Amino acid sequence: MATYTLISSTTVGSGGSSSIDFTNIPQTYTDLKVIYSARAASGTTLDVYVRFNSSTTGYSRKLLYGTGSSALSLGDSGNLYITAMAAANYTASTFSNGEFYIPNYISSNNKSVSGFVVTENNATLSYIFDAAGLWSNTSAITSISIIPDGVNFAQYSSFYLYGISNA
Amino acid sequence: MSETPTKVVVNCTTGVTEVIPLTAQEIADMETARVAAEDQRAAAEADAAVVAAAKESANAKLAALGLTAEEIAALTK
Repeated sequence: MATYTLISSTTVGSGGSSSIDFTNIPQTYTDLKVIYSARAASGTTLDVYVRFNSSTTGYSRKLLYGTGSSALSLGDSGNLYITAMAAANYTASTFSNGEFYIPNYISSNNKSVSGFVVTENNATLSYIFDAAGLWSNTSAITSISIIPDGVNFAQYSSFYLYGISNA
Repeated sequence: MSETPTKVVVNCTTGVTEVIPLTAQEIADMETARVAAEDQRAAAEADAAVVAAAKESANAKLAALGLTAEEIAALTK
């Protein structure tokens, strides 16, 4: 049976934050999972990407997403966009709800990651993302950065990092 | 933004959370990323609009040929 242990959590303060970095992650679990609720402080973007060990290379993803009126898909490389937040022009005080899962984060193989998130908006336009990502790097993951694309996370955005043991 | 942007760093070993001001380079990178992200999203949504318009046009042409709405739906499933 899997055992979830809360490693760390944080909630963004009144000044907002341009990223959330979980550093010095214990190398004692089997998998990692991040659960979050997020909103942008400004702009219209809802894109959020993830970096491991501050690395800027080696990422690719496949994404299925819905906009409220269309179902779409894409695959690309570059930043690892597997998460999302409610844009600042969405209904006030709404946040996204999402999670991403990293199995075998201390292995010497490339790292896979899966993500799922929905945004909240009192309008036709609102997103659901279902993503699969790959970090082509054999290093153990010691840090995770969660980065809103070019904007700040709004106050009260919150992030929880869990370690998952297989027993 | 009038205040210097900051980032939150959570040290999972010590439990210490710090709020750290961004460097000038990090601020410049953030602005570049913002512009690129908004351009990319606008392009993706424009592409989706083109596909939707083509679908609507195709359905209209099928209807003009005499197909019923049920027959058109059956073709696109």
